[in-house]
Amino acid sequence: MLRNSPSGEADVAVLRRKATNLRRHMLTMARGQGAGYIGQGLGIADLLAALYFHELRYDPENLGWADRDRFLLSTGHYSIALWAALAEAGIIPVEELPTYGADDSRLEMSTLDTTPGVEMIGGSLGHGLGQGVGQALGLGVHRSDARVFVELSDGEMQEGSTWEAAMSASHFRLDRLVALIDCNGIQADGPVVLDMEPVADKWRAFGWETVEIDGNDMQAVVAALAGAREKNGKPKAIVLRTLPGKGVPRIEISEKSHFFRVDVSEWDGIIAAFEKSEGGTA
Amino acid sequence: MSGRPMEAGRTLAMGENEAVARERPTVEAPFGRALARLGAARPEIVGLTADLGKYTDILPFRDAFPQRFFNVGMAEQNLVAVAAGLARTGLTPFATTYGVFASRRAFDFIAIALAHSNLNVKIIAGLPGLTTGYGGTHQAIEDLALMRMIPGLTVIDPCDAVEIEAATEAIADHPGPVYMRLLRGVVPVVLEPGQKFEIGKARKLREGTDVGIVSTGFMTERALDAAEGLAGRGVSVGVLHVPTIKPFDADAVADFAAGVGHVVTAENHVVVGGLGSLVVETLFDAGVSRKVTRIGLPDRFIECGSVPTLQARYGLTTEAMVATITGLL
Repeated sequence: MLRNSPSGEADVAVLRRKATNLRRHMLTMARGQGAGYIGQGLGIADLLAALYFHELRYDPENLGWADRDRFLLSTGHYSIALWAALAEAGIIPVEELPTYGADDSRLEMSTLDTTPGVEMIGGSLGHGLGQGVGQALGLGVHRSDARVFVELSDGEMQEGSTWEAAMSASHFRLDRLVALIDCNGIQADGPVVLDMEPVADKWRAFGWETVEIDGNDMQAVVAALAGAREKNGKPKAIVLRTLPGKGVPRIEISEKSHFFRVDVSEWDGIIAAFEKSEGGTA
Repeated sequence: MSGRPMEAGRTLAMGENEAVARERPTVEAPFGRALARLGAARPEIVGLTADLGKYTDILPFRDAFPQRFFNVGMAEQNLVAVAAGLARTGLTPFATTYGVFASRRAFDFIAIALAHSNLNVKIIAGLPGLTTGYGGTHQAIEDLALMRMIPGLTVIDPCDAVEIEAATEAIADHPGPVYMRLLRGVVPVVLEPGQKFEIGKARKLREGTDVGIVSTGFMTERALDAAEGLAGRGVSVGVLHVPTIKPFDADAVADFAAGVGHVVTAENHVVVGGLGSLVVETLFDAGVSRKVTRIGLPDRFIECGSVPTLQARYGLTTEAMVATITGLL
């Protein structure tokens, strides 16, 4: 059954509850191995809720549908957020989530495309946008009206291939392509090590129609996605300022938020606090 | 050589025909012709280049199918990434650039974006080995070694115009990633036309018992000529042409080697990691004990110069092969 309609009205309250569910799934996953890239995942929970339960046109029972909208997660280590969304969308079983990162689990800490619902192998950063350009070009060759959404991150913009792809997208007038740039201010070595500001101006200079929003404000996320539907010959960039660990204060304040590991007993406390603050929204 | 002054007056002859023909018929742009022909029958084929369309013979395809051709500019990582995305929508991209840029600059993209997902993309790599005098920046002397290390990638080094056309058809039919070396421009005809190219199959082109040459790429033409010349001196030289570097036809190589007194490998590539290494590994694994002499480029960067000068200097010409083999006897 087809999920979402491109012109449908967003019910922001419902999408917020979906984002809470995604965060709950991520906590379940991280508790399994005691660790994970949960800071990043929690930061983009609002975006993924808006995509999978409002903006993306896809069929959970026919993942290979040729005219589906594509979501490419370029930052493969954000997989925890993708697994949460795919579970909430009914594509992978919720019961499987605690296997995240375990030996032989298909819910890897960095995505492989053998797991249902994954459109590319992320993780070697700088790969996603170029593949999105190719998919957008290919959909044009097929005369499909499907769109392509590529998530990438602020640190990832340091990979030069990102800009090779950005140049080509505007050259080919790929208005069906939407870059979702998660600016959470952290990368492997800590706070962003190479200043990427002004981010939005860079994308504008490369010919992208660009907006900058609070990526944890559902209303803003939904509005930006709606604005990106315009068929005007320009690729669209949405710069999302997000908070790593958003919604889980213990993780928001962690200096280790690139990769977060604590004992199981502490996970139980984190989850209990989360459920208390989100009481009644499940 | 480089770094030392020399007298003026010598011309660096660039751009000459790369696979030197000896009184053989030729075909111009065999890859581009074959791809344009295929494109007419197969709408799923698309073409890409990274600002080297003119220099990789793909313009016949562009001119026939402009809506299915994409020039991404000087950006080889993006070339491969875009090709991967196109393949994900069910298309069959042929992406051209020089071998140096594909194998060195876009290595991670070929490995991860293409091979790891077994995507149906064909990388067509110009200026293989010593086919340009522009030095290490342009000479893809180690590309076969790099590419053969990538799991699931098919690697092909064709020997002439006939084989390029046949291999282009074969790789279009093969559902997976391919790296194929390109002989561009005016390319000689060495093999009999009309044979289908079989990926992964070696072809015995000449019987012989004293010496067996295992060759790939344009070295096969020279191996055949060298064998002919040596026959006049009473030396029996066989030639096994191995156009597919991966998957490697180990059985054919082991059988061939077992029937000759001395094995010589001949490749337009550094002798480390390419055909020579593969033959040595294969014979050791198969328990075939033969001395192996490797003709190819040394493990060093090659200087600038004219192609004939460099090929002679590094032992890739027919005359040099004859001399090398004569020295073994």
